[in-house]
Amino acid sequence: MSSQSQSGDSSRSVLHRLMGGSTLVALLSVVLSIVLGGLLIAVTDERVAETSSYFFSRPGDMLSAAWEAASGAYIALFQGAVFNPRADTLAGSIRPFTETLTVATPLILAGLGVAIAFRTGLFNIGAQGQIIIGATFAAWVGFTLELPPGIHLLIAVLAGFIGGALWGFIPGILKARTGAHEVIVTIMLNYVAVYLVAYLLFTPAFQNPGSSNPISPRLDDSAMFPLILGSGYRLHLGFLVAIAATYGVWWLLNRSTTGFELRAVGANPHAARTAGISVTKGYVVVMMLAGGLAGLAGVAQVAGTEKVLTGGIAASFGFDAITVALLGRSHPWGVFFAGLLFGAFRAGGVQMQTQTGTPIDIVLVVQSLIVLFIAAPPLIKAIFRIDQKKKKKKSNKPDRSEDITTPTAAGGLA
Amino acid sequence: MKNSQRTTTRLNNKTALSAAMLGVSALLLAGCGAAPEDTAGSDESAEATAASIDYTGCIVSDQGGFDDESFNQSSYEGITAAQENLGIEVRQAESQAETDFGPNVNSMVTEGCDMIVTVGFLLSATTAEAAEANPDTNFAIVDDNQIELPNVKPIIYDTAQAAFLAGYTAAGTTETGTVATYGGIQIPTVTIFMDGFADGVAYYNEQKDADVQLLGWDKEAQTGTFTGDFESLANGKTNTENFINEGADIIMPVAGPVGAGTIEAVEEANADGADAKVIWVDSDGFLTVNAGNEYILTSVMKLMGEAVEEVISTDVDDSFDNTPYVGTLENGGVALAPFHDQEDAVSEELMAELEEIEAGIISGDIVVESEASPQQ
Repeated sequence: MSSQSQSGDSSRSVLHRLMGGSTLVALLSVVLSIVLGGLLIAVTDERVAETSSYFFSRPGDMLSAAWEAASGAYIALFQGAVFNPRADTLAGSIRPFTETLTVATPLILAGLGVAIAFRTGLFNIGAQGQIIIGATFAAWVGFTLELPPGIHLLIAVLAGFIGGALWGFIPGILKARTGAHEVIVTIMLNYVAVYLVAYLLFTPAFQNPGSSNPISPRLDDSAMFPLILGSGYRLHLGFLVAIAATYGVWWLLNRSTTGFELRAVGANPHAARTAGISVTKGYVVVMMLAGGLAGLAGVAQVAGTEKVLTGGIAASFGFDAITVALLGRSHPWGVFFAGLLFGAFRAGGVQMQTQTGTPIDIVLVVQSLIVLFIAAPPLIKAIFRIDQKKKKKKSNKPDRSEDITTPTAAGGLA
Repeated sequence: MKNSQRTTTRLNNKTALSAAMLGVSALLLAGCGAAPEDTAGSDESAEATAASIDYTGCIVSDQGGFDDESFNQSSYEGITAAQENLGIEVRQAESQAETDFGPNVNSMVTEGCDMIVTVGFLLSATTAEAAEANPDTNFAIVDDNQIELPNVKPIIYDTAQAAFLAGYTAAGTTETGTVATYGGIQIPTVTIFMDGFADGVAYYNEQKDADVQLLGWDKEAQTGTFTGDFESLANGKTNTENFINEGADIIMPVAGPVGAGTIEAVEEANADGADAKVIWVDSDGFLTVNAGNEYILTSVMKLMGEAVEEVISTDVDDSFDNTPYVGTLENGGVALAPFHDQEDAVSEELMAELEEIEAGIISGDIVVESEASPQQ
């Protein structure tokens, strides 16, 4: 399926993926997780607990309470993520959607970084650290250098990319030269990044003068992403960078020689080496790219939404990015839409919490369930009774490795 | 954190199944009650809302969450008390990361809150920004004094006063002659506890000509032991173990939930024959801590609940102003908690002295100074 879709044009490829088998599993995982999340909301609701005590005398009470709790929470989630009909003005109504796009921006960028490494057969768990270092580099440029508008932003973006790439280079070169496992190295580098930035924020170079709190000065306006829809919204130009990056990664993977080599390394490093492709170079290049993309996510944070560097600048985006890459089947446009979905969860979760009092942890549970189900396609197939025969040729191999290294047959590119 | 959540989700089928069976049977048993007459439930709630006033009080936590057994929790209790006593409507939002602050506060503004209480100095920048953009909404920020806007009321505490009493108590009850304290991050709201504690110990030494040692904080140099965050229980535990090994038997952790690590270390040390105790901070730990509260000698309380409730009630009465609320021993904003189970450890003589000192601080005879004290 994949090789065919890649030979088609990009829009057909996206469509194909959305309807294709493994994408179906992804979508069903999302649906099932939302349903289970709804059950959880219902079970933990106070009214439901009250009415359940007399369930057998009047079951309708509990059922309607459960329905109200779950649907109320999800309606609030939707209103907080897409469209809020309760707002007085149109501007207020579409605000939630712009929030979703804003939150999705770092998720997409970091998700691309994880996905591109997946496609080369590497598990990049280090997006969190790469975001932090990228953000640190960009922030330093942002509040220290004085440059004309435009150029300042450009240099900040570049610095963020370089910072992330540097943090990706370390595990890449260690993997290529010494065989050190990238999972371990990237996880450890996450800690290094966290503590490094915590230390830096207490040094005069990074700490806001006159304050004892670990917060950097505000970035200059000239280094900030311009707001796309004006000051009423947080949506910034970084989202367009995310779109461009998605297209760029798609082009790189499917249209360029480097991308072909990377995928060949991911499919089978030994065969790639025999074919004259440098595996060493592949690992280093892809980890730098992955780190750079995550670094851009860091730029989107400091130069877009947060405007200052703090220890919590990366929130949990680096880990959510892994989920996003999995849900997007490591395909650039898949990652893009998965990022939008998770952005919607995060943005809508806020409204769900304030409006209905449903704990925001439910969103985390739903996200985690999605990963669980994606990691276990047979479970999903059994639950939804997807015809096993039709999928037989796909399930010959374990699903995940197949999906990470989709470009097994590189025929589409030849 | 995330990973652990994921792994716990991966219960194996059997466990999940038996858990489900258990849940179902519990539901079946619980479901046998009689239905209430008519639609009593909904009527009741309708009545409650009818009696209440048209005022929405909102609260946004920092990363600690409303169950941090510390300042988020006490502030939250204040707003729920206002809900009960004043009949206001309450909305809450927990922040999981610093990046949630902005969205959470903005969401409260869109929800039409009359007053938004933000908890912690970390929310200072967010609060200032939102308050400037929404001059019609009133804000109150706990533990921060940086904002000067007509619609923001800072709620701050001269905690050193109560910590002074705690330091004196610790010095008066220690068996080993060594007490200790450590902080989360070196910020004024933390060091103010440590300054007061150090002064209390020093005052005891001066009065009794004693030589009680204090580990973990040097008031003169303003240097000491810190865990580096308000999350890592392991760091709190290690610090405490080190202090106990160095001979300390009373430890005051000033690091919010990290204090639980201290309790753990004390529990283990006491199982090995030591007799260590903990001084909790922010809330009365004996009442709020879930495990090991028998080791809590006393607590340095910041009564944020009362302050939050008071600020809301003045706003309900339309008499909001932006002068900072400063909690002191005098107005009851800070206090030393009762000794509860540990009453036997504190002699009556010491208790009498504490009362004298408290009066002395209130009258100004005893001056408790801290660089971190709120400037008035």
